[in-house]
Amino acid sequence: MWQNLPLLPEQASTIAPRVDALFVFVLGVAVFFAGLIFVSIVYLAVKYRRRADAAAPKLIAGSLALELLWTVIPFGLTMVMFVWGALLFVEIQNPPADALEIIAVGKQWMWKMQHPDGHQEINELHVPIGRRIKLTMTSEDVIHSFFVPAFRIKMDVLPGRYTTTWFEATRPGRYRLFCAEFCGTQHSGMIGSVTVLELSEFESWLSGRAVGTSTAKMGESLFQRLGCASCHRPDGAVPAPSLVGLFGSKVALEGGRTVVADEGYIRESIIDPRAKIVAGYQPVMPTYRGLISEDGILQIIAYLKSAEQGKGEAARQ
Amino acid sequence: MSAAQPPPRIHYLNVSYGIRSWLVTTDHKRIAWLYLLSITFFFVIGGLFAVFMRLELLTPEGDLVQADTYNKLFTLHGVTMVFFFLIPSIPAVLGNFLVPIMIGARDLAFPRLNLASWYIYTLGGAFTLAAAAAGGVDTGWTFYTPYSSIYSNTHVALTVVGIFITGFSSILTGLNFIVTIHKMRAPGMTWFRLPLFIWAHYATSIIFVLGTPVLAITLVLVALERLFHLGIFDPALGGDPILFQHLFWFYSHPAVYIMILPAMGVVSELIACFSRKRIFGYDFVAFASLAIAVIGFLVWGHHMFVSGQSVYASMVFSILSFLVAIPSAIKVFNWTATLYKGSVSYDAPMLYALGFIGLFTIGGLTGLFLATLGIDVHVHDTYFVIAHFHYIMVGGAVMGYLGGIHFWWPKMTGRTYPEGWARLAALIVFIGFNLTFFPQFLLGYLGMPRRYHAYPPEFQVLNVMSTAGASILGTGYVIPLIYLIWSLRYGAVAGANPWLAKGLEWQTSSPPPTDNFEITPLVTEEAYAYADAEGENDLPLRKPVDV
Repeated sequence: MWQNLPLLPEQASTIAPRVDALFVFVLGVAVFFAGLIFVSIVYLAVKYRRRADAAAPKLIAGSLALELLWTVIPFGLTMVMFVWGALLFVEIQNPPADALEIIAVGKQWMWKMQHPDGHQEINELHVPIGRRIKLTMTSEDVIHSFFVPAFRIKMDVLPGRYTTTWFEATRPGRYRLFCAEFCGTQHSGMIGSVTVLELSEFESWLSGRAVGTSTAKMGESLFQRLGCASCHRPDGAVPAPSLVGLFGSKVALEGGRTVVADEGYIRESIIDPRAKIVAGYQPVMPTYRGLISEDGILQIIAYLKSAEQGKGEAARQ
Repeated sequence: MSAAQPPPRIHYLNVSYGIRSWLVTTDHKRIAWLYLLSITFFFVIGGLFAVFMRLELLTPEGDLVQADTYNKLFTLHGVTMVFFFLIPSIPAVLGNFLVPIMIGARDLAFPRLNLASWYIYTLGGAFTLAAAAAGGVDTGWTFYTPYSSIYSNTHVALTVVGIFITGFSSILTGLNFIVTIHKMRAPGMTWFRLPLFIWAHYATSIIFVLGTPVLAITLVLVALERLFHLGIFDPALGGDPILFQHLFWFYSHPAVYIMILPAMGVVSELIACFSRKRIFGYDFVAFASLAIAVIGFLVWGHHMFVSGQSVYASMVFSILSFLVAIPSAIKVFNWTATLYKGSVSYDAPMLYALGFIGLFTIGGLTGLFLATLGIDVHVHDTYFVIAHFHYIMVGGAVMGYLGGIHFWWPKMTGRTYPEGWARLAALIVFIGFNLTFFPQFLLGYLGMPRRYHAYPPEFQVLNVMSTAGASILGTGYVIPLIYLIWSLRYGAVAGANPWLAKGLEWQTSSPPPTDNFEITPLVTEEAYAYADAEGENDLPLRKPVDV
């Protein structure tokens, strides 16, 4: 047990060294001030220790100059920390547009991952090195949190909505994945790993597995099976808004508001269709709560995002 | 000599006897003792939960207790320590005893309400103990939804009802202090002559009164969702789980200041007395307490940087969190500067005070890492956070509490504690504390998540160090428990002012009479009016203690 006592976790993502650099800066400031206080206290307490023949110390009421000094300097330093930390945070929170999208669904007490080509993994995630990976995450029950220390990323995974995080791995290896938000009995067992592979190894890993149906394809068959297409097409049984090119577009709602059709909007429209009604349509769609899993909703979203949606519609027309 | 013994002096302890005279007392000094016994009980219980947690964490495998048991241990440790020990500790014991005496009043403004506060606290404690005895609760002291409101199979409702009830004792105590400090100061006791202990309790009381109702409402909502499936927090019922976190931290972040502000007040008293000088920059230290109380209400979102809250909200909470650090820094600098050209004596209370400054400094500075957005993403919900808040709550609040208990023990009991043992215990606590919690900073940055029953083997060395430290820390807490009880009977008689300190509490006898003062004092000088700028007009200096 004595070997392997590192003081910093491995740095395996593009973000990791930058978080560590900021950490070292704040650590430097902290060590300086802690040292200043400790040395001052020990020095003053010893130098001015009470002696047997001591006279009463004279009153020193205070010093405005000193008060200003030790207000302004810490203020300045903390503002540097704030700006530096905020800039890094904005980057960590905003996945780049060209990232490879992987779905992660947390449930008590496991992680389910799905690659765009349909490969599914449990408590494991294989990713290629040097490729930006965006995780779109949700939970089937309580709040979980996706935490990979080697990448310095963490994001809570919530029921009923989507959160995202992203990383670009820089070093091949197997890194621990933890659930960081307490989620019940086996919280500490809700762990897994992220395996970073060289691109060629990643491709052979992919090809070594049974050829899956892509996530979008799964979504398409679900779309048919649940009967979505019977209304959401131009000659549908009931007038319903077309879903062609929907994802990412602005949707005008009854009442004059508009929303951007993102993952959260589509999920809400499936689970709670009456929450937001598209302008010009009747609130007639039934809820699919209980009829579709979180994975299923994400597959349909992948389908709506994909070109297949447009092609399929075009073919039917 | 056959002179008749003089009749014993009547004071608040011997004015009446019997359990009933204590249970129906309205004397703030006796109520302080009721609280002292109750919170000590909860401190022991909460400590025992921690003992089992640290033993479990000696090995990476979950082998001592089962996962569910471990989850209940850390939940009950947090619940008892936060709600039933730390929050009432200094205000309800030392504050209750000292607020009236320090301002020259005969009692708090509402003595019966004060007694009611203790009964309410005890009732809440009984509910929570009942929940623990019935099988416990496993949500963590933070009760995050929808786990707490829907998924947990443990006694959540009973526990939150206990905390809900106890909250009213905080509100009433805060109300009592605010009214007392406004209306019952002795003639001549102006606001800027108040001891900093009073300023700290005033600031704390504001948080009690404004913050606690929000927690109470939040816990009621959790109970409603749990019992009647009202959709408030669970998205499956149409609720919003993040809403709970906003409401919970709106109280629970200021609650951290409920725990630390009174300890800061204690430390100001100790530093002044044992360096025999007025606190450097008194006004700045006083206003820093108020600034912390006010800004402290605006930083709750820093617990939620990775919760899914908007990036802009996180930025606002980050900058406000840095701002709240500034008044704390001002206090630390002023305490340190007070030592300059002072006459420093190393009595046990001063050792606790100096230990407090050191540990609070580390706790405060590590808060900067957590306020920094880019770093918090990594360390949030890891042992880094655990270490940070234990440096504040145990290294800060408990050190302050123990320092205060030692300092005012002669006043409360009329007896002195054994100085040698006390200094030894202070040293053991300081060493044990650091050995327990410093390794947890390293564990956290390495990525060990909190609330883990079992953990990967690479974290074991640091966990073993932490458990070893905890055994030392525990020893350091047991020693005072023994010698303080011993001193009640065998301690030397203290006299009115054993420290030769300033402050109204030292002008009345020890233990004080029921009405605190024979005649209402007239205040003509500042707080901590030791020597003047020429070094004149001081009380005599005590001899230095042997090192």
